[in-house]
Amino acid sequence: MTNFQIFTKGFVKENPTFALLLGMCPTLGTTTSSINGMSMGLATMFVLVLSNIAISLVKNVIPDKVRIPAFIVIIATLVTLLQLFMEAYVPAIYATLGVFIPLIVVNCIILGRAEAFASKNSVFKSALDGAGIGLGFTLSLTLLGTVREFFGSASVFGYKIEALQPYGMIIFVLAPGAFIALCYIMVLFNKATAKIR
Amino acid sequence: MEYFSIIIVSIFVNNIVLAQFLGICPFLGVSTKVGTSLGMGAAVTFVMAISSLVVYLLQYYVLEPLNIGFLQTIAFILVIAALVQMVEIILKKMSPSLYQALGIFLPLITTNCAVLGVAILLVQKEYNLLQSFTFAVSTAIGFTLALVLFAGLRERLELADVPKAMKGIPVALLTAGILAMAFMGFSGLMKA
Repeated sequence: MTNFQIFTKGFVKENPTFALLLGMCPTLGTTTSSINGMSMGLATMFVLVLSNIAISLVKNVIPDKVRIPAFIVIIATLVTLLQLFMEAYVPAIYATLGVFIPLIVVNCIILGRAEAFASKNSVFKSALDGAGIGLGFTLSLTLLGTVREFFGSASVFGYKIEALQPYGMIIFVLAPGAFIALCYIMVLFNKATAKIR
Repeated sequence: MEYFSIIIVSIFVNNIVLAQFLGICPFLGVSTKVGTSLGMGAAVTFVMAISSLVVYLLQYYVLEPLNIGFLQTIAFILVIAALVQMVEIILKKMSPSLYQALGIFLPLITTNCAVLGVAILLVQKEYNLLQSFTFAVSTAIGFTLALVLFAGLRERLELADVPKAMKGIPVALLTAGILAMAFMGFSGLMKA
């Protein structure tokens, strides 16, 4: 696989949200608006890139039997770093995303990439893989957030669309809307990408 | 009254799966049969109940006195992973029949974000020991309820004529959306 393919496979072919169905909790829980979805995606991407780099650096040192606990400790350390960083610099977003930031530790995308890719490949390739998959996740979350925000509160990235204000369907911002919006986006995604995959 | 409100709120009003989106992976993955959902629910209840006590003691007798609250995430996930392993070993020795029944569900729980989520939430909500335990057990019951209801719906769905593009996960998500809408009806019951 070329470096370019490693980077781009996370967008469509191995898109973590729509194709692999990984990391569903933050996908449904944080995408009440475009900004929230994007912040959650970027936060996950930050941890994913760094954990892929760290794990591929130490892959030869870790005994095979204890690799999963070792990966979890590395990921948890990076998540703690992220928590302190976000609390200091973007406290508003940190408060909105709440419990989902510490829960990045148990996001299966990150452990999955560590096990399937970073523990077998070079540092550069692992970083590229992390960035690609992370970007794919960010794009999916932003898309879902935008759809929910548009139908739910008739705005996009926080900009209100005045003409549509009376038609906002609040259900899309609430819990059921997350499931329903994801369902229809997934159907369209499958239809559109059936040939490529 | 306080405990009663914790129980009702965490089972119905703030259902962990349908209102808070924690533990979606087992919700979508395991809940195809009512029997397996009950097994998963039992295993989660068991681990959540024990982990709530351990996490409470860890938070207030280790992390806070030593002033290392920032290590919360690392400490909690390690404790939960170790706890799941320990529960598995103990059950294997003490009660092979229960171990058989819970079987593959036990190791799956480490990656269930509901367990870590409840651990973090009970510290955030500043519950005392008994309240934490009540909160954890009733949240786990809420989890089981959502899983069993959803499994019942999916068993029926197997027989339905679903459009090709919707087959599998999309139609399951749509069903979950409608179930979540039904659970929203409980929000008038009590203030979260």
